[in-house]
Amino acid sequence: MEPLLEVKNLSTHFFTDDGLIKAVDRISYDIYEGETVGLVGESGCGKSVSALSLLRLVPNPPGKIVDGEIFFEGRDLIKLTEDEMCQVRGNKMAMIFQEPMNTLNPVRTIGWQISEPMEIHRGMSREEGLKKSVQLLTDVKIPEPAARVNAYPHLFSGGMRQRAVIAMGLGCNPRLIIADEPTTALDVTTQAQLLELMKNLTRDYKTALLIITHNLGIVARYADRINVMYAGRIIEKGTAKDIFKNTRHPYTERLMASVPRLDYDTKKKLVPIEGQPPDFLNIPSGCSFHPRCVYAFDRCRVETPELITIFEKHEAACWRNVK
Amino acid sequence: MSEKIKEAIEPRRISRIGAKAIIRGIFKHKLSRAGIIIIFLLLIMAIFAPLLAPYDPNVADLYNVLTGPSANHWLGTDNVGRDLFSRIIYGSRITMTVGFFSVFISVFIGSFLGLLAGYRGGVVDMIIMRVVDTFMCIPYLPFVLVLAAALGPGLKNIIVALAILGWTGFCRIMRGQVLMVRELPYIEAARAAGASRFRIMFKHLFPNCLAPIIVAATISLGGFIMLESAMSFFGLGVEPPTPSWGKELRTAYTYLETVPLFSIAPGLLITLAVLAFNFLGDGLRDSLDPRLRGEGEKIK
Amino acid sequence: MLNNSNQNLVEVRDLKMHFPITTGWMFKKTSGYVKAVDGISFQIARGEILGLVGESGCGKTTTGRVLLQLEQPTSGHIFFEGEDITGMKEKPLRALRKKMQMIFQDPYGSLNPRMTAGEIIGEPLQIHGMIDSKSEYKEKVKDLMVTVGLSPAMMERYPHEFSGGQRQRIGVARALSVRPALIVCDEPVSALDVSIQAQIINLLEDLQEKFNIAYLFIAHDLAVVKHISNRIAVMYMGEIVEIATRADLYRNPLHPYTRSLLSAIPVPDPEIEAQREHMILEGEVPSPFNPPSGCKFHPRCPIADSPHCREEKPVLVEMEGGNHWVACHLD
Repeated sequence: MEPLLEVKNLSTHFFTDDGLIKAVDRISYDIYEGETVGLVGESGCGKSVSALSLLRLVPNPPGKIVDGEIFFEGRDLIKLTEDEMCQVRGNKMAMIFQEPMNTLNPVRTIGWQISEPMEIHRGMSREEGLKKSVQLLTDVKIPEPAARVNAYPHLFSGGMRQRAVIAMGLGCNPRLIIADEPTTALDVTTQAQLLELMKNLTRDYKTALLIITHNLGIVARYADRINVMYAGRIIEKGTAKDIFKNTRHPYTERLMASVPRLDYDTKKKLVPIEGQPPDFLNIPSGCSFHPRCVYAFDRCRVETPELITIFEKHEAACWRNVK
Repeated sequence: MSEKIKEAIEPRRISRIGAKAIIRGIFKHKLSRAGIIIIFLLLIMAIFAPLLAPYDPNVADLYNVLTGPSANHWLGTDNVGRDLFSRIIYGSRITMTVGFFSVFISVFIGSFLGLLAGYRGGVVDMIIMRVVDTFMCIPYLPFVLVLAAALGPGLKNIIVALAILGWTGFCRIMRGQVLMVRELPYIEAARAAGASRFRIMFKHLFPNCLAPIIVAATISLGGFIMLESAMSFFGLGVEPPTPSWGKELRTAYTYLETVPLFSIAPGLLITLAVLAFNFLGDGLRDSLDPRLRGEGEKIK
Repeated sequence: MLNNSNQNLVEVRDLKMHFPITTGWMFKKTSGYVKAVDGISFQIARGEILGLVGESGCGKTTTGRVLLQLEQPTSGHIFFEGEDITGMKEKPLRALRKKMQMIFQDPYGSLNPRMTAGEIIGEPLQIHGMIDSKSEYKEKVKDLMVTVGLSPAMMERYPHEFSGGQRQRIGVARALSVRPALIVCDEPVSALDVSIQAQIINLLEDLQEKFNIAYLFIAHDLAVVKHISNRIAVMYMGEIVEIATRADLYRNPLHPYTRSLLSAIPVPDPEIEAQREHMILEGEVPSPFNPPSGCKFHPRCPIADSPHCREEKPVLVEMEGGNHWVACHLD
């Protein structure tokens, strides 16, 4: 079966006054129809930039997609014209951002904003769009949708706004929804509600979901397959079980060991990752993780490891997997 | 997103705070570089006037009245035979003194009151702001002229006349800054550490509210110089025979057709000085602003 | 009885913090109250870590600030080392600040950008006159920097030259400088990278062991709170709904809100997650201007069915086994 989205060797660089920043450095992954894939990494690792690259929303200057291919439904998105790309955005591929207040236009009603992509891509009239908006608001479980459709964003709470944003994304029945830290700004219980909602909706609408987050728990609960990013590169990828139960990259392993967990009964000491997150202007030679890695040996300092297949779909970029 | 990338590299950034960085910022800007050079030259002119001026500016030579430029007198002589060049050079002293002192006093009064109003709030704030409002209703130039006329001629009087209304702008600016900065967590941290109100006002709030004041002060300098020239033009300046650019303009005005250089020289210098301070102010604003905005970046 | 026994370092009784909502610009009229903290009571023993957990708007941050008397409470009492410090005057309060300090959430905003790291760390020492000479000052600051894991060579650097985690360490050093008996930690790791969080959490634990400091650890992340605290109090809409030891709270959460809170947090293990029951709450946290009657949780509570829940506010009641308190009618 052909994947819905196939990213091959994508590189996005930022040309800044202080130097070249390789925000995304030759990453490759794929997403199949209806699948939920997680992209995990800490802030500044390049995951958000990679998402923006998919929709070709990277600000230029200073950023630019310098290499690679993004095959979506068989077409390379990088080769499309801007007009053709506009056809894709909001229509076949939708994005949900982290801060719902910034994503929603404060001077337009919710109904108007949800209806907008449908008017653009499906040629609906305003009334048709608004009618569908009410239905979408019901789907995302906003109470009193008929009344809310004419309300302005500032009257909604954070969780409600994010639901409205999800409704906006679903309007044109996209094949892929990219959710960039969709719940980070929300309370824990709201987060759980929203993620459950997204899980159910993507299942009902048969939409694929790319969840970008730093929260390992979220991907453990919701993702089928996971990609782990560090310093602009994917350093491990596999099914959720692979990643959590058979970790093959020291970063992934140490990341899991440094996070406090609910289910540990006895007081285990957290093992933090030593050192600081990488400086993009000064990425270490060889394996970018080596200065912070307890297992580093000579080869790690000199040669940059590529992704090596561990077993079927499980790959990791670490010399320890090569004996 | 690019902000997030920048966050990862922030700690290695070269220092953007402190005198060194500000100076670097100023010199980066072409115009403000020019501004600084001009101001520097004017300062040299004012400080070393006795060394630079070929003649005593107050010595009249009635045999050489209103001569054009010559080898002896580079800019010619004025209507009583005094060397114009020397008078211009000495005139810079008045200009610079009035400029700096009136700004300094205005900033002093304005900042202090603005700090008090912004930090204490409530009744204190209300009173100070109403005073500011009242002062601001008074038309500046006419009032300054009237006051100068009432006080009589003299350097001190000019400075007082200018400063008496000039502080209001700084008060507003400082108050605005204080209102913003006092909400920042480090102010509360200082409170939690046990800092007294006095300490918070002067050690924590004041240094962090200075940036717009510095910019405004620099630009106001140009404004005050203009005002001093205007006052002198109206005959309310320093007493004769002390030279000042405005005074020269006043005298030269009558001889505009016959000896144009007489008016051009002081006029040009006034313009240069004002422009220089404006350019410098612009450069300062550009180099100080991003730092102010960049302070509050968060990771998430 | 205004003086309690000297066993507890901190005791809070029926603390209320109501913020008036004013209308009008010149002559302010009060149209209502936001009951940020609505009658809470708890104790902190010497050297104990009490976690205070809850979602946005539950009043936990306000509690921390009121405890340090950065705000005056509307009513209630706060005892510190047996003494009633509620409504203390500015001067004696400032002296008291030597004993209680705070660590803030925002590593960027909580440090004065115009002061060097050394100046920031040493300021409390200066304020309280705890140093005699300049060299002693330098020594103490260097010591503190080493204790929190910073290189003393960075003493003359400015905050923007440090990373987020390092800035937070500066904040910790500052709080530690006067050797307080209590530190209120207001979301100290929320704004940090995941891998850095662990460093700071470990640091806080080490310091607590070394200096026997009590913490009021305020956070919304239950996993973090569970890791570091001895006892935990769960807050909802300005009230404490459950207090228990960390073990008890997780093995046996009694209040339905606590249970849904625990259920909402995913664990980094797909196999465990697949088997967990997800207790998803309906609706949102109600507006603080118009809280529900009776038990504030009842509209969202999965087990609230008696009219009792709607009418009467439940009080914290001690459960058998001791040291586990719940505010719920159905227990």
